[in-house]
Amino acid sequence: MPDRLPFREGEWIDRTQPVAFRFEGKSYEGFFGDSLSSALWSAGTRVLGRSFKYHRARGVYSMTGYDVNCLVEDGHRTNLRGDTLSIVPDLDVRSVNTLGGVDRDRLKIIDRFGAFMPVGFYYKAFHTPRRLFSAYENQMRKIAGLGKINPDATPVATPKDYAFCDLLVVGGGPSGLAAAIAAAETGLEVLLVDEQPHLGGSLLTQHAHSEEASKKCSGLVAKAESLANLQVRLGTQVAGHYADQWVALVDQQRLTKLRTRSTLFATGCVEQPAVFQNNDLPGVMLGSAAQRLIYLYRVPPCQQAVILTANQDGYRLALDFVEAGITVVAVVDLRHDGEQSGLDREVAAAGVEIFRGHTVYEALAGSQGTKVNAAILCPLDGEGKPDRMGHLRLACDGIMMSVGWAPNAGVAYQAGVRFTNDESLNQLVPGHIPEGIFAAGRVAGLFELQDQLTSGERAGLQAAAYLGSYEGEIPTAPDHQGAAPSHPYPIFAHKGKKNFVDLDEDLHLVDFKNAHQEGYDNIELLKRYSTVGMGPTQGKLSNTNAVRILAHLNGASINETGTTVSRPFHHPVSLANLAGRRFHPHRQTPLEAIHRANHAEMMHAGAWFRPEYYHSENSSREDCILQEARQVRHSVGVIDVSTLGKLQITGPDAARFLEQIYTGRFTDQPVGRLRYAVGCDELGVIIEDGVVARVAEDHFYVTATSSGAAAFYRDLQRWAMLWHLDVQLVNATGHLAAVNVAGPQSRMVLEKLTDFPLSQEDFRYLDVHRAKVAGVEALLMRIGFVGELGFEIHMPVSSAVHVWNALMKAGAAQGIRPFGVEAQRLLRLEKGHLIVGQDTDALTHPYEVGLDWAVKQEKPFFVGSRSLKILRKQPMERTLVGLMLSKPEGVEECHLILAGDSMIGRITSVAHRTTLGQPLALAFLEPDRAAVGTEVTICGSGGKRISARVVPLPFYDPDGLRQKLKD
Amino acid sequence: MKIIHCPINGPRPLQEFYFGGQFRPLADPAGESMSDSDWADYVFNRDGAPGVQKEWWYHTPSGTWFIAERDIVSDSFVRTYLFEGSEEGNHA
Repeated sequence: MPDRLPFREGEWIDRTQPVAFRFEGKSYEGFFGDSLSSALWSAGTRVLGRSFKYHRARGVYSMTGYDVNCLVEDGHRTNLRGDTLSIVPDLDVRSVNTLGGVDRDRLKIIDRFGAFMPVGFYYKAFHTPRRLFSAYENQMRKIAGLGKINPDATPVATPKDYAFCDLLVVGGGPSGLAAAIAAAETGLEVLLVDEQPHLGGSLLTQHAHSEEASKKCSGLVAKAESLANLQVRLGTQVAGHYADQWVALVDQQRLTKLRTRSTLFATGCVEQPAVFQNNDLPGVMLGSAAQRLIYLYRVPPCQQAVILTANQDGYRLALDFVEAGITVVAVVDLRHDGEQSGLDREVAAAGVEIFRGHTVYEALAGSQGTKVNAAILCPLDGEGKPDRMGHLRLACDGIMMSVGWAPNAGVAYQAGVRFTNDESLNQLVPGHIPEGIFAAGRVAGLFELQDQLTSGERAGLQAAAYLGSYEGEIPTAPDHQGAAPSHPYPIFAHKGKKNFVDLDEDLHLVDFKNAHQEGYDNIELLKRYSTVGMGPTQGKLSNTNAVRILAHLNGASINETGTTVSRPFHHPVSLANLAGRRFHPHRQTPLEAIHRANHAEMMHAGAWFRPEYYHSENSSREDCILQEARQVRHSVGVIDVSTLGKLQITGPDAARFLEQIYTGRFTDQPVGRLRYAVGCDELGVIIEDGVVARVAEDHFYVTATSSGAAAFYRDLQRWAMLWHLDVQLVNATGHLAAVNVAGPQSRMVLEKLTDFPLSQEDFRYLDVHRAKVAGVEALLMRIGFVGELGFEIHMPVSSAVHVWNALMKAGAAQGIRPFGVEAQRLLRLEKGHLIVGQDTDALTHPYEVGLDWAVKQEKPFFVGSRSLKILRKQPMERTLVGLMLSKPEGVEECHLILAGDSMIGRITSVAHRTTLGQPLALAFLEPDRAAVGTEVTICGSGGKRISARVVPLPFYDPDGLRQKLKD
Repeated sequence: MKIIHCPINGPRPLQEFYFGGQFRPLADPAGESMSDSDWADYVFNRDGAPGVQKEWWYHTPSGTWFIAERDIVSDSFVRTYLFEGSEEGNHA
């Protein structure tokens, strides 16, 4: 029968709505509003999970979801935290990381071998022999691990959401509420988030005994809900805080990408455990966890409690127990002088025995070893060490720890807040706070309710002043009065080695001493070696003690020891929240539909989507490409080159501008003529090549490579600005379409569509003319794009389909057909044309690739000229050559060319099947081995040696007679 | 995710920008008066000293080049403005 305390105002459960659920195959009943942990604890279940390494039984510990004692999976989702998992009808979960269920877990045997598994055990034991590591790893993963991913799980849609606000307040406790209200009242758009399902924070637990505080709480919540410009999001965690106040919020359904103008941290504190023998037994828990059970879920934490404390909170907890009708066997106070606030008198008056200057030295387990049945107390000597001679055994079924606090600072660290230790609090408090970030309440070291409220209001108004919505007075900062809420060193050695510091990773006190002895005396090193704080809770319950232990071992202060910072995510975020559609734009040419109708295989080429080749029936990819290429060589083909960069360069200084951009000359270029152009960067490295058409005296039309055009245009804009030239640049890439009609019969086809004379005399090789093609105003260029007679037609995008269709019709008799990017590459390779970025790399200069003729050093200046002068003087390290391969297979791009065992070059482009019937490649070779006729050896696929011979470039039509026809 | 103030378009998200490298004006942009090793130093080496440095940034959607002064220690933009040749040293 579930065990519940009587109804109390403010409880989170709804007793009118029972909820049936299953855990480990057994049926349970809880109430709507219960978490899995609270419902199980109320049913008397004490073993909620097994630990990561030793498979020790674990129960309720923090009740915040910050510990991972209760991790479950439901077949679809895994590593769900019982403390925060709401029970719903049909919930059916199992504990993760057990062999045969959480109660029996056959792997618990490992606990006995704990002594043989010192810190760094895995590193040391499984390091050699290396070849066995994967076998070790496989076993380790089975034994030490968390939940398993179910690859057949039903995918759950996780929407992404965008939000904006002026001020984000993290934490809905007293200071967060006060801050949010104060800021919202100045007119700001405020977003208040809390990871819990209800507002109130510590008002609901630590302050819950006070009727006044409860009233305050409902007043604040009502006020917050009444403000239209104050939005509240509950059950929402701040997963990460990024540059310029970009914040990731994660809730059950979605990831919200929030942009805020400022952030206020009222994240409170996380209660920290004491370290004593068996401090992980079910029944040992944080005092605040007990308060959560009592006030939120009305579940008795135990029947007979021992309270270990070093602050006022432990005495408060004792009174909470008494009020709930639970026996408090003893309050054990680590401080020799005890509690000074007077609360101790109330506790004593309730008949509770108080042991000052004592500690719980050890928790003893019942016969099953799965829950507490006694506490061993020891008096502490002057140095804070337990005196075992004076030990005392108290029967109990619960040990509550209230020995201190650590700021819940993970996200604040991400926002740039740096913490320093305050010796009057024994707690880290914000030291450096960046602009636009604010902190209030316990995270800033304020524990009294009135102080929390004042500091909240103050921080809210400071934020408002920062954002310009408030100019009035700001309350002065409260200061902590009285004893420190945290004990400086609640850590007690025990020869039994089950005094855990980090429950995620099953690290106990001796592990730290050993790691320190091995030289890991720096917190960052210690963390990585011992893995403290690297488990799923990210040190929320262990880093504070780890730093104390290291400081103690080093004989240094906390500030000297330092802390580790925290990175996103604050809590684990499911991959589903991070996965999703990516915005991957690609550009389409106006002829895309036609390509698809022609069965094009489309490929990504930079930002563009282009036809790789066109499928034809019963033909392989290679056959299709070769057929397309042969059609161009023998008859006529047409290719969509709308992807070329198309730049209009106009103005009186246009020619001079181009001379400074490219390596060639343009001031003497006649109107109506084309020139090939090579562009370098300041290093003299080739970054671009294209064709420059002089359309008028002060008007050039420039084509640039499809993938490099955007970056090249960007460079041109900057140079034009730097040089103060009278030149205008327009990137017409998207406005204009272009097709290239190539092949010996291209003229015959084009003549049917234009009145412009295309004869050898009227339209010479490298001429450019404005002409009407199929009734469309176009720029017509005669270029040897693929080494055949050919014309490129540049026209408005809107006319592209019309002109294409007209070409296909006009060329029907010649069997005209489209060709794709692969055929184009093959044809250009045969002509020895290099592709910038494929046959050149980040160090290739024009002299290495036979473009000496394109570099006009007699000009006063062009980009790269100074570097090229230096490079010209230096011996060349490599040169681009043509290779004829001995076999039509086995050689790919980037394969090495060897001489003996040393590398003398590499393949940059390769074509196994060509219209020339020979497999060909372009390659870099050392210049003294690059003479025509040299035999070289390529280290091909699978290490096979393939021979090749250096042949002259271009492979095809060396005199260019086919493109020029005659000169 | 950072926000950058484009002098023309105001605050825009980082993805809309392209980093154009450190702003390094040369008295002699052609480099003819520089020794080979000085020129090599110019093209290969960058000053990564902590502090505020001048940089080129480009707002891609609008095609705007501008200068940003950025503290490379805190990764914060101090100010952004359009290039004005005369103040910054001429090029060519």
